Amino acid sequence: MHWSSWSAFFNMGGYAFYVWFSFGLTALCLAWEILAVRKRRDVALNLARLLAQDKQ
Amino acid sequence: MNINWFKYSSPQTFYPLAGRMIPWFAWIAVIFAVIGLYISFFIAPTDFQQGEAYRIIFVHVPAAWMSMFIYMVMAGWAALGLSLNARLPAMMAQALAPTGAIFTLLALVTGSFWGKPMWGTWWVWDARLTSELILLFLYLGFIALQSSIDDPRKADKAGALLALVGVVNVPIIYFSVKWWNTLHQGSTISMGAAPKMVTTMLLGMLFMALAFWMYTIAVALMRVRCIMLERERASDWVKVLLLKATGGNA
Repeated sequence: MHWSSWSAFFNMGGYAFYVWFSFGLTALCLAWEILAVRKRRDVALNLARLLAQDKQ
Repeated sequence: MNINWFKYSSPQTFYPLAGRMIPWFAWIAVIFAVIGLYISFFIAPTDFQQGEAYRIIFVHVPAAWMSMFIYMVMAGWAALGLSLNARLPAMMAQALAPTGAIFTLLALVTGSFWGKPMWGTWWVWDARLTSELILLFLYLGFIALQSSIDDPRKADKAGALLALVGVVNVPIIYFSVKWWNTLHQGSTISMGAAPKMVTTMLLGMLFMALAFWMYTIAVALMRVRCIMLERERASDWVKVLLLKATGGNA
């Protein structure tokens, strides 16, 4: 462990903005992708259900 | 050991199989990410030249690797779909494209956020950066082309051709730092040469890359299930599936 304190950790040797933006954006993009795919699944399932009901 | 691969190559058998595999890959991705992040921030030492800014490497390099790797896998599925005239490989190619595009975008943006404090500029038109940008356009072109053609089988064929032509760009990205004199630094890890970095830095990158890889498999399987439902919603297997899961989650 080479961080003297939590504030030193968050400060990232003065590069906090660049480091945390990079990691934050990555996390955000992946989280967004998962949510988008789940939404797409719900829409696809609903459409398939509607179609199945129509045919009955 | 007589596995009938053709059985798994039809959407109705692959759909539930993919559904069972998703949580496994997702959890493995989470475990690798926790290990990778811990190494990235608490084990890997400060770089003697770049200070703490270098830690961007732990997302930048794995994202860049994935951007190229996913493209090769996508093109492989597309080629398989084209040569066998099969649905499932084409759907796999289609399912991978958005994830590949996201990792390409992340490689470009995190690279930019690393370049600004280190090189003093967000962007330069050098070979590595330009060829990676072209990769993003290839992914976006593939997605746009597929969605612009109504007949899914025709869309698969057109997309596969574009994906295959674009493959030439991947070795260009990979070797660009060798072939041209670029501002981008040389390969962090190159085959046949001793790594120029501390083992813990290497391990951090490796675990992050593994996490991204497992994530990619999980999210691509989720997406391929959507594509199957969208394309085959009128078929009997989807009806059977919905009947089985009445009220539950399919």
